[in-house]
Amino acid sequence: MTRRRHAGDVAIVAFARSEDRPYDEGITEAEMVMPLLREVRERTGLSAADTDFTCSGSSDYLAGRAFSFTMALDGVGAWPPISESHVETDGAWALYEAWVKILTGEADTALVYAYGKPSAGEVRDILSRQLDPYCTAPLWPDRVALAALQARALIDAGHTDEDGLAAIAARGRAGRTGTAGPPGPSPRGEYVVRPLRTGDCPAVRDGAAAVLLAARHRAPDLCERPAWIRGMDHRIEAHGLGVRDLTDSPSTRLAARRAGAFERPVDTAELHAPFTSQEVVLRRALGLGPEVRINPSGGALAADPVMATGLVRIGEAADRIHRGESRRALAHATSGPCLQQNLVAVLERDLEREEESDAP
Amino acid sequence: MPHEPVAVVGVGQTRHAAARRDVSIAGLVREAALRALADAGLGWADIDAVVIGKAPDFFEGVMMPELYLADALGAVGKPMLRVHTAGSVGGSTALVAAQLVKARVHTTVLALAFEKQSESNAMWGLSLPVPFQQPLLAGAGGFFAPHIRAYMRRSGAPETIGSLVAHKDRRNALRNPYAHLHEHGITLEKVQASPMLWDPVRYSETCPSSDGACAMVLTGRAGAARSPTPPAWVHGGAMRSEPTLFPGKDFVSPRAGKECAADVYRQAGITDPRRQIDVLELYVPFSWYEPMWLENLGFAAEGRGWRLTEAGVTGMDGDLPVNPSGGVLSTNPIGASGMIRFAEAALQVRGRAGEHQIDGARRALGHAYGGGSQFFAMWLVGTDPPAG
Amino acid sequence: MPEPPRAPLRVEFPFTRSLGPVLRAFLTGLRERTVLGVRATDGRVLVPPVEYDPVTADELRELAEVGPTGTVTTWAWNPAPRRGQPLATPFSWVLVRLDGADTALLHALDAPGPEAVRTGLRVRIRWARDRTGAITDIACFEPFDSAPGRPATAHDGVFADPVAEITAPARLDYVHTAGRAQHAHLTALADHRITGERCPSCRKVYVPPRGVCPVCGVATAEQVEVGPRGTVTTYCVVNIKAANLDVEVPYVYAHIALDGADLALHGRIDGIPYDRVRMGLRVEPVWLPGGAHPDHYRPAGEPDAPYDSYRELL
Repeated sequence: MTRRRHAGDVAIVAFARSEDRPYDEGITEAEMVMPLLREVRERTGLSAADTDFTCSGSSDYLAGRAFSFTMALDGVGAWPPISESHVETDGAWALYEAWVKILTGEADTALVYAYGKPSAGEVRDILSRQLDPYCTAPLWPDRVALAALQARALIDAGHTDEDGLAAIAARGRAGRTGTAGPPGPSPRGEYVVRPLRTGDCPAVRDGAAAVLLAARHRAPDLCERPAWIRGMDHRIEAHGLGVRDLTDSPSTRLAARRAGAFERPVDTAELHAPFTSQEVVLRRALGLGPEVRINPSGGALAADPVMATGLVRIGEAADRIHRGESRRALAHATSGPCLQQNLVAVLERDLEREEESDAP
Repeated sequence: MPHEPVAVVGVGQTRHAAARRDVSIAGLVREAALRALADAGLGWADIDAVVIGKAPDFFEGVMMPELYLADALGAVGKPMLRVHTAGSVGGSTALVAAQLVKARVHTTVLALAFEKQSESNAMWGLSLPVPFQQPLLAGAGGFFAPHIRAYMRRSGAPETIGSLVAHKDRRNALRNPYAHLHEHGITLEKVQASPMLWDPVRYSETCPSSDGACAMVLTGRAGAARSPTPPAWVHGGAMRSEPTLFPGKDFVSPRAGKECAADVYRQAGITDPRRQIDVLELYVPFSWYEPMWLENLGFAAEGRGWRLTEAGVTGMDGDLPVNPSGGVLSTNPIGASGMIRFAEAALQVRGRAGEHQIDGARRALGHAYGGGSQFFAMWLVGTDPPAG
Repeated sequence: MPEPPRAPLRVEFPFTRSLGPVLRAFLTGLRERTVLGVRATDGRVLVPPVEYDPVTADELRELAEVGPTGTVTTWAWNPAPRRGQPLATPFSWVLVRLDGADTALLHALDAPGPEAVRTGLRVRIRWARDRTGAITDIACFEPFDSAPGRPATAHDGVFADPVAEITAPARLDYVHTAGRAQHAHLTALADHRITGERCPSCRKVYVPPRGVCPVCGVATAEQVEVGPRGTVTTYCVVNIKAANLDVEVPYVYAHIALDGADLALHGRIDGIPYDRVRMGLRVEPVWLPGGAHPDHYRPAGEPDAPYDSYRELL
């Protein structure tokens, strides 16, 4: 039996994201994913045959068809058959499953990918199908409406105001980096659902992301500066909007604590906040001060490839460590209405490990 | 320090039925979860995380229903992870839960899978029209029947084999109080006289559409030691996937299935599955898949699986009972069907399968598959803790 | 590259939802203009009621009646209502804590404009004229000046003729865009030609093409015309009428390996009695005017293909 692995024994060794597309030019799921897999494989030299586990995240409802994830599998080259799994949510949770798989010792390397083609439908309406099907979903409250209710509660509580939200919107769109493509406009814009304006809402895009994970003994050979996963945890809250305090995110705070986020300061945070107001909630929940660089990638405001957006946050945070631009970064992903479910990963360049006394 | 051994200490199922009109979706999953907790002698506070699986969300018309189900499953403030790997999802969900324990990320995990197919219509959910593609011409059975004909041609199996399996599984279901179908007057003659829907598949050789849920409580060595009932130990578990359609794809005996089984046997130290494994819970949605899987999983040589069925080896009193629970042919809440196989395997080695208990079962295989015979999940559970 | 073909894809179904005791009482109550909450383990009254405690996971069954008036706890002005939402004219989304309740209910508020809405606003339910036992029995809320404070009162949840289940129609509209490979395939089909694509790595020909070889995980591009004739590799006889398919039963649904293709596609066989179709039968496509695909395949009049010639395609 192999030695037990600890949280810090796994690193992100490569990340790639697609160009974000505002509409569907006839790119299939497999065609979106395939170039990214090639990119992370070429960068690390890790072949498909040497990848022990594969896990993906996507949504049938977003695609408008059942078993939509089987289409993307075409791009993986699953032959000979592969050890593979899929989560019906953001790819950040696929990364979580892959991380656990490596911790069991059953895999040393793992490929994680996620994709979304929200341009195929009306994502505002589609996400309303997440709500309780008896008392809420029949009213078709869309995701902007729900976020706007949350934003108003924040403003009422004195945690922000419309100018504060506009400042976040401007920074999000100005700050996008690297592979994300040209910046979108950063107007305050018209109210979509008041108090949220177009500038407070995410730029919904078609897109995909891929990440490679490796265990401690493999990572240094695959990547010059692996982004070690110090810890990762996710938590869910009650579903009812009226039951929760929408101005807070206790699940984010708890996940962050379990992931070790509060043991030492982070220099960077990639927060999955599709709406400016949600960044306010998350910063408060995580206690992030002005010294922390928030969403240097531009975040979900700059590009929201739904179901890949959370995985992109983890990948972007890792990439800053890969590039030597961060020593300790926090990455966050969310799912569900008004931040119902949250995942936090803490990534480090120089991991301090607790060595095992019974190690050989 | 080695990895944590994984034990099943609680199993719960709903009463399965075509339509559970007495409960909401939350009420349905809750019924299975409470039975699993009661079996384990645990409460909600003892659960560290919930892993939940189901097949396409369109079946209930609720996107990512785990969000709404968090309260019902006591998951508030805990991790809740949603798995979807098509028909194999019930098995995959159990394996993901087992890994959380094995890696010592969590101590005690609730795994749950469900489908409430009566909220819509399974055929609608499975055949949403996709523009520019030729519509599916034949319904669910039409997808499987040509592969069954290919098996018959390859193996030379007599036409009656499918009816033998159906008769056996439906009779087994009479011993299982949770099974959806309880056909008290079932006879081989009735099966063989049932309408031929998708020749060579008869009505009585097809699975029903069910509402149901299945739950398991998984924990490590300490939890198993405290368990009021005997645990089932996980000796091996694996998932394998292959593409949907490609040249050389073997729909009769997919390579992903063979390799998945081989991985499980390697982990469990099984070298002769036919002799070393006592009982099988296989995902058999159409009766002919019993002999096909017996070959795919290494219990019979290629082309000879039907001989085991014909000789009664797979019956309740045969020496390799298959689906004593009645199987998918008697109960099919799609997303839960795989987990029911895993859970029934656990019940057998715990000696807690009630009237469908196989005496002396010490090692059992749970098997699930889905998609175009492309996704596989299996585990092998035993009465004794795994070696090492 | 010309624009790829696009087509609407409507996903629509009237879902039937069974309820369980708490939701049944709540929705039946709305039909009778009575709002019920449920008492949580900590004594709070939750409206809308939930079946399981959001803190303790306890099963909740103790119902309590709350008032039809309440207070806005947060709001969001919706200038452009979307399909299915409670009002067709601009309205405010609101969370309302009804008098006697400890949690808030999501619904719409009919108000003349955003300047008329604020947190703390007093409102009351405007009931729908026709009520069936659904959340939409509350048409919306409307501003209403009244004193807060009525406590919840116990309610047994018993009504005559309780709602058994609800029907929840749901429609989502998508636009499906054909991929590059599918586009090329469709273009050829319009000329009654069947094309596939060859993998540059393993040289296998995919029909219909998927744009990628899933075995090698590489893109395919080389166009290959296949058929038109092919071999039935396996089949079934369909005796049960499939929904939304206008074909008389029995008919034969077959896997057909077109000449030059490395895997079989699916099609219907006609022009021969169904019980005479067999593995190895040689067939050719039959096109009908305006059809996007071959309508069916019929015997080509050739001798049957030997089993060994197609067993690898089975």
